[in-house]
Amino acid sequence: MSNIESQTIAYVRDTMLPEQDPPLIESGAIKWLRENLFSGWFNTLLTLLSLVIIWWSVAAIGPWLWNMVWNAGSLRECREILAGAEGACFAVINDRWHQLLFGFYPPALYWRPVLALVLLFVALAPILFPDLPRKLLWFSAIYPFVAYHLLWGGSVWLPVGAALGFVAGAVAFVLVRRINGLAAIFAAVLAPVFWWLFLAAPFDSTMSSVLPWGLEFVRSDRFGGFLISLVIGITGISLSLPLGILLALGRQSDMVFLKSVCVIFIEFIRGVPLITLLFTASLLLNYFLPPGTSFDLILRVIIMVTLFAAAYMAEVIRGGLAALPRGQYEAADALGLDYWKAQRLIIMPQALKVSIPGIVNTFIGLFKDTTLVVFIGLLDPIGLSNAIRASTDWQGIYWELFIFIGVLFFVFCFGISRYSMYLERRLKTDHK
Amino acid sequence: MKKSVLLGAFAASALVAGMAQAQTLQTVLDRGELNCGVSTGLAGFSAPDANGVWQGFDVDKCRAIAAAIFDDPMAVNFVPTTGQTRFSALASGEVDMLARNTTWTFARDIDLNLTFVGTNYYDGQGFMVPRDLGVSSATELDGATVCIQTGTTTELNLADYFRANGMSYEPVPIETNAEAQQQYLAGACDVYTTDVSGLAATRASFADPGEHVILPEVISKEPLGLVVRDGDKQWEGIVRWTLMALIAAEELGVTSANVAEMAEGSDSPEINRLLGSEGDFGAMFGLDSDWAVRAIAARGNYGEIFAANIGEQTPIGLARGLNAQWTQGGLMYAPPFR
Repeated sequence: MSNIESQTIAYVRDTMLPEQDPPLIESGAIKWLRENLFSGWFNTLLTLLSLVIIWWSVAAIGPWLWNMVWNAGSLRECREILAGAEGACFAVINDRWHQLLFGFYPPALYWRPVLALVLLFVALAPILFPDLPRKLLWFSAIYPFVAYHLLWGGSVWLPVGAALGFVAGAVAFVLVRRINGLAAIFAAVLAPVFWWLFLAAPFDSTMSSVLPWGLEFVRSDRFGGFLISLVIGITGISLSLPLGILLALGRQSDMVFLKSVCVIFIEFIRGVPLITLLFTASLLLNYFLPPGTSFDLILRVIIMVTLFAAAYMAEVIRGGLAALPRGQYEAADALGLDYWKAQRLIIMPQALKVSIPGIVNTFIGLFKDTTLVVFIGLLDPIGLSNAIRASTDWQGIYWELFIFIGVLFFVFCFGISRYSMYLERRLKTDHK
Repeated sequence: MKKSVLLGAFAASALVAGMAQAQTLQTVLDRGELNCGVSTGLAGFSAPDANGVWQGFDVDKCRAIAAAIFDDPMAVNFVPTTGQTRFSALASGEVDMLARNTTWTFARDIDLNLTFVGTNYYDGQGFMVPRDLGVSSATELDGATVCIQTGTTTELNLADYFRANGMSYEPVPIETNAEAQQQYLAGACDVYTTDVSGLAATRASFADPGEHVILPEVISKEPLGLVVRDGDKQWEGIVRWTLMALIAAEELGVTSANVAEMAEGSDSPEINRLLGSEGDFGAMFGLDSDWAVRAIAARGNYGEIFAANIGEQTPIGLARGLNAQWTQGGLMYAPPFR
């Protein structure tokens, strides 16, 4: 830096001044505060108000959480440890977490539901993330039968027999397709039904007597807690989407009979509260089924929940279908595609993409609605929290149980919601 | 018209179900366990412990009956039922009997085709107030806010009582007992009303039970009974007389500790008939003569079951009161075994 020129022409500065720090109020934390929290009198007021509310909440809940007790045998012991101070007694979770998660599932067999959950993620991975090898989809296809066997146990040949029904359908479809396309569809439906009705039971008993393989059987009434929510929720979610798509297509169909069946089904189910359907499942079916039939309560509930979710799903997907411009349908026709090909290649990929937020909304709603089963005496997490409070050790405990259950549900629902946001970003091909 | 057809079909299918289930004992024996309907959780009466094993006063009745039938008190499958599902579960055959807080009323006994085999526990509706309120009688509660569970007989009893005494109140509707505790402790209501056994259990769970009083007035009769379906005298007999055997055992001094010894034979003919060393009462309803011995050995006599689950030594701390033996000024009175 030279000082010569600045001395030759006094009023011209031709050298740079050294950089200075910005003024204190225009930098760092103070700038951020000024711009984001105190940018006007109204925002300043809101900021102060929020601070007061946060202070109140922390002052109210903070000590309670800070003093939490994790090791005690009962609420009385908790109170003795706290010695009069305010404090959360999370010892109840320590004592009963296994019940809140698994219900009355035999403790020695806890590995089975855990393994089923781990395998669930393996089975979901190729569906959720298209970058994974496609061969993994085979595992996804057999997963429902694996999960059934892991959760309930019993003879391994029962799920194998059920799975073979689908194989029978596929074989029939391939064989008959050479003769006639429409007949092939009928054959694909009739063959598995025939298999399940007449051949599956003998197959099961024969194979069981020859090779008595299988895990120890666990009865449905041993299921409880978060396990029951997951079983009902995941089965309902995975079955309601395909059913909902079919119903939505049926409702748009030109065939009068098919259309009216779909419309009546959707409108009937949507017109009835879920709790009514659950009561029907638990009470009315008992009267109408022949005496002595013990039709598993969880199965009845799963069927009702699935039907309920399918009706809502159908309307969500119909919204997606309605959002497509007519030109898309005409383009499919112009390409000479038949109905199913047009749906599969052109209509559905777009309609489903549009409907993702609605579909995920229905999924999350369905998952949380599973807690309604408490009203028909199934011990889901909420039901178990009542049962735990009824034990003399933990009577009087309240928020701790709800906080634990809330966190569990939040983890799952938040996970679903984040995935849907990822999916929306990935499928974003529009021109916005 | 439609409705009556539907109801007719309903009744007919219930009838068919009832006829098919006339042989409840045989069904239970074939199944190898007793399906017993209990409440989904009521302190001291039925609740699962940390190992998932059901415990409680009602639960022990089921265990005694299972022991009388199978010689195994654990051969019971407990089916949690709610206030809405309990009667349907029984009528449809999902459970063989109900042992839960179900009040014996005319309409339930006659109109619902159920049979109350006897009173398991005499309860009644009472009031709990904070000691600071300075109230010593329910007649001083004019104008109070009252926490009350909606849709129960408790609600109707409360309305009747306040009207009969010319008082007014403001109800604070709540759904569950746990919620009621929160509301009451938070001061949302001056008074909490429910069955006295429930009040006692609730008060015992407070950090400072001494700060709350249960008022002396009991404003309703709540005889809680064991319930079976109509139309199966044999099964009805087994459930009723197992309960009576437990009550009689207490009166006669037979306990789980001395029942084996007394079953060998004793000086009292009444005890001998009860325990099957004289006469053969068990055969009259399809069991062997030792049925009562097994029922008593399972969890003890009525007094022992009471003391172990809800008695004064437990956190719930209920006095025997109306549930004492008739010889002690209570209402527990077993008809003679002869």
